[in-house]
Amino acid sequence: MSMGGRLATVLGLFLVAVGLVVWGVATLLTPGVPGGVVNFTNTQAAGQPVNLTVQTVGAIGFGSHPTWVSYLVKDPRTGQWIHDTSWKLPANTVINMTVLQFDSGSPLRNQEWGQVQGTVNGAATLNGKSFSVYNSNTGNGVGHTFAIPQLNVSVPLVGVNSNANVCGAGPCQLSSPHNVETFSFKTPGPGTYNWQCFVPCALGYLFGNGGAMSTQNYMGGELEVVG
Amino acid sequence: MTWENSDTTDPHHLRRITVIWLVLSIVLDLLYWFLVGPHVPPGRMTSTAKADQFDFNVLFVIALPVLVGIWEYMAYSIFAWGSKRKGVPEPVGGPTAAGNKKTEVTWIVITSVVVLLLAAFGTFSVVTGHGSGGGEGPNPLWSPAGSVKAETAALAGTGSWAPNTGAVLPVQVIGQQWKWTYRYPTFGGFESSQLVVPNNTEIEFNVTSLDVIHSFWAYQLEVKADANPQQNNVAFTKTEQLGPFVVRCSELCGIWHGAMFNYGKVVSQSAFMTWANQTETANAANTSNLPPFAWTYVPDANGASGGYYPDGKLTPYSTVETYGSKQPGS
Repeated sequence: MSMGGRLATVLGLFLVAVGLVVWGVATLLTPGVPGGVVNFTNTQAAGQPVNLTVQTVGAIGFGSHPTWVSYLVKDPRTGQWIHDTSWKLPANTVINMTVLQFDSGSPLRNQEWGQVQGTVNGAATLNGKSFSVYNSNTGNGVGHTFAIPQLNVSVPLVGVNSNANVCGAGPCQLSSPHNVETFSFKTPGPGTYNWQCFVPCALGYLFGNGGAMSTQNYMGGELEVVG
Repeated sequence: MTWENSDTTDPHHLRRITVIWLVLSIVLDLLYWFLVGPHVPPGRMTSTAKADQFDFNVLFVIALPVLVGIWEYMAYSIFAWGSKRKGVPEPVGGPTAAGNKKTEVTWIVITSVVVLLLAAFGTFSVVTGHGSGGGEGPNPLWSPAGSVKAETAALAGTGSWAPNTGAVLPVQVIGQQWKWTYRYPTFGGFESSQLVVPNNTEIEFNVTSLDVIHSFWAYQLEVKADANPQQNNVAFTKTEQLGPFVVRCSELCGIWHGAMFNYGKVVSQSAFMTWANQTETANAANTSNLPPFAWTYVPDANGASGGYYPDGKLTPYSTVETYGSKQPGS
């Protein structure tokens, strides 16, 4: 091979190697799930409460982890269910949450999360009935919680009967067994606040942690509160 | 050091170096002790914070003359024995490179004394409980008077605490992904997301975890204890100042580790009593759903379900009130 050919080969292999390294690093640094933000600002007049509707599903049914448990949020403009747990909310505003809980439940690992905390009036409603404490050792137990630790907000999401025809894949339809829970909380000043489920609900992982519990966009997310 | 041979025109290098070092060391040590020392983290909010600040300042005051000596000698050497100065011998080889027994002995004696002083001071600190906020495991080496009695009563459900009694207050710290909660066994065992403690009180933190390893770090209290599942890690401190403090997890524990923090506060004993009684009443319905108070809890291993359970019977540490031998097994 001529000198030029050898140089071209070496240069080519070098570029391929560099390309592989760049690709590998970029892959490592890129989050696994694209992080869009669902915008709830400007959905109501300034100062008016914002309505936010989510559903919890035992298996999301699509994407890279179709069997994972997840939250879905209703797009405030299109009404479509979106797989995105990052939400932009207006500061110092009452958020009226409606949770459609389609998943079954169990006793809580820490019954502390059976108590409604940090909501307006310190209570929530379960299928129209107000409650402030739920004993997860009875009934269908608690499937998940919606909690914003920094705001001390925590609401148990009561499970549906696991023997019923539980929705197998999200987004779930209202015809499937579900509980409707409502509560309100007030956003603080601008900032970023994480929210999460406190029930270790990642089936198949040790003690239920890991998997959907430890991956953004499934059982936790961020509230981007803007002024 | 070869000051006698290096410059025959001035035989007083050692004396000069020593005087400069002594003056600089005393001045800098005094400036540090009185101007900087009182502001060194973590402050003076608790006995352990105060003790650790004192320990750090003592170590710094010991270290500062060493640092000054090295820097001064280096600067002096450059100035006095620089190769451009007349009469200075070659820096390598020759008579200046020969050993100097007096210097060697002096060096060994000084460094030995410093190291022995540090060892003695470290031992003093351990014996007097300066590190008691560091998490001593289930069998603390150091514990304040009355702590075993308080812990024994707490586990038996007979513990109590009241202002101005000098009683130790046991508080259980429970780590879970990703939040701290706190149980107060002397107030019916209620659990809360808030950490409130009374001033001028010996606090006994019993730190555990429901899942992975966390680390309870109450920075201003100078309490830092690992939270291990099915382990009770005991840490002590005595509160000495009112005010807020921050609690962080200092063990990388998962996706929301960075958000695993909250704020606690030290309040007056009467204010604490009011808060504790009110919270006990407000949480009574939920407290009845909690498992009986225990030092550790065993999570259900069924993955996505299951509650948590006490790891044993309501048994005090031991009948003779010593730590650990009867720590309930899981």
